[in-house]
Amino acid sequence: MDSDVLSADGAALDRSAATARAVRARRLAGFGLVAPALAVVVLFFVLPLALSAVGAFRAADGSFTLAHFDKAFDLYTKDLVFTVAIVGVSTLLIALVAIAIAGYLTLGENPRAVALLRWLYRWPLFIPFVVAGQVMRTFLAKNGMLNHVLIGTGLIDPLAAQSVLDWRGIVVAFVWKQAPFVTLLLAGAMASLDRSHVEAARNLGAPRWRVLGGIVLPQVRGTLLVGLVLSFVTMLSVLSVPLMINPNSPTMMTVDVAYRINTHGDYAVANALCLVSLLLAAVGAAFYLRHSVGHAERRP
Amino acid sequence: MSAARAAFDARALPAAFVRAALLALLAFVIFGPLLNLALWAFAEKWYFPSKLPLEYGLTFWRRVFAPRGNALASLGTSIWIALLTVALSLAVAVPAGYALARLRLPWRGLILLAFLLPQAVPNLPVYVNIARVFYEIGLAGTVTGVVLVHASHGLVLAVWIASAAFAAVDDSLEEAARNLGASAWTCFRTVTLPLAAPGLMASAIFVFLESLDEFTGTYFVGVPDITTLPLLMFNASMGGNYQIASITALLLLVPSIGFMLVVERFLKSDVLAMVGR
Repeated sequence: MDSDVLSADGAALDRSAATARAVRARRLAGFGLVAPALAVVVLFFVLPLALSAVGAFRAADGSFTLAHFDKAFDLYTKDLVFTVAIVGVSTLLIALVAIAIAGYLTLGENPRAVALLRWLYRWPLFIPFVVAGQVMRTFLAKNGMLNHVLIGTGLIDPLAAQSVLDWRGIVVAFVWKQAPFVTLLLAGAMASLDRSHVEAARNLGAPRWRVLGGIVLPQVRGTLLVGLVLSFVTMLSVLSVPLMINPNSPTMMTVDVAYRINTHGDYAVANALCLVSLLLAAVGAAFYLRHSVGHAERRP
Repeated sequence: MSAARAAFDARALPAAFVRAALLALLAFVIFGPLLNLALWAFAEKWYFPSKLPLEYGLTFWRRVFAPRGNALASLGTSIWIALLTVALSLAVAVPAGYALARLRLPWRGLILLAFLLPQAVPNLPVYVNIARVFYEIGLAGTVTGVVLVHASHGLVLAVWIASAAFAAVDDSLEEAARNLGASAWTCFRTVTLPLAAPGLMASAIFVFLESLDEFTGTYFVGVPDITTLPLLMFNASMGGNYQIASITALLLLVPSIGFMLVVERFLKSDVLAMVGR
């Protein structure tokens, strides 16, 4: 279209005005195409989110108050710490598992082991949290398969068998479900790296763990962080797993939110708790932004 | 020579052993819990301290699939809600994805941010408050209410994947069609859409699965009348009926694992590379 304008001579002005109109019309058309999807997201996601933020600060008479936060912290500080600890430990373990598996998929030298690992690791990828909760509820119970295998192989005494359905069970369920997702992202990023550096380091005799830590990981740090932040945020708002594995105090804040609403109809304190979890997610996002921006700045 | 070979083997043997042991451990961690679930699904009687079920049978399967049983009804509700969610999500996500990939948009950054939020922000606050609003306007406990909640979350994935799929279509093909006299609509219908179809199919499957598996939103918005399969499973499990819970969980595992096995056929790397551009 621009070349048309240039090639014309006398009618150029006319044409450029027409082009400008056409561009405006196309932009408007583009916005029209986006509008329905945007409306759904704004009406059914952004607006309720704003309601949550408002509700957390609103007293019964409509005035501004911090009382809901006082009450939330009075009742649930322990659960807040518990939530941060569980999600933090899970994120860390997910990172370790994902780095180990993706690293072996990229640097492993036994093709059969690599193929087997690639087939094996992603089974839980699309399994919903609520099913992961049920699966772990049977596996980690006192009478579950984990204890029977540990007893059978002589690793623990039958009398020492105990249920793992407490905070550890939640961590296991989270890592089991989320590690394949981060591994998938990470292995994809590692596979698209330029192999020449890796080959060079290997030829110079560098062991594989040093190649992984010194050459491969620094280049895929951004992908790892995206996966971890997404997992962190997802785990923060999972309700089913803590309800099914460890519903009694201390437990995760999501359980408290459900309890405030179902038992007391107390939306104010529930919203205060929700806002705290939003702040936690924001900390995760800020962490990611700082690191990815810092990374981009250092790049020449 | 054979001595050298033996030395080589002696060095390689522990490594091979460690590798096999680690793979076996991982296999146990992945499949152990699934196997335990399968055992529960076929157990008639199982209590401490027996390692395996005392009796196997299909009594609970018959109960789940009984014509009057609520499992089949829940399965129907789940599939119906998931189909409606896919229809709504794709109806709004395909035009939006096309516009994001091909047209110049005002406030493009802000629009992209809005389409990022539902995946990047904890969802619990949203579900809690939308349930309250829906209760006031009579949408709580209805299929429409649940579909709207599922779609507001699912369409985001659909927009991103659709936009990536459209961006991956070579635009010289579209130009060729337009130069040969095709209208914009004909060009979209006969050139762009078929080429983007695998990506759109992938986004439809993603949205379907997400809706089928969704728990928290349905838990808050669906009460008391909408019982999807995940809610039925949860209620059975909390009620201590491990057999019914495990059978329902197995039903939910079928589409999840099936999709995991074929996902790469739908989501080609050229589309994945375009996500977020």
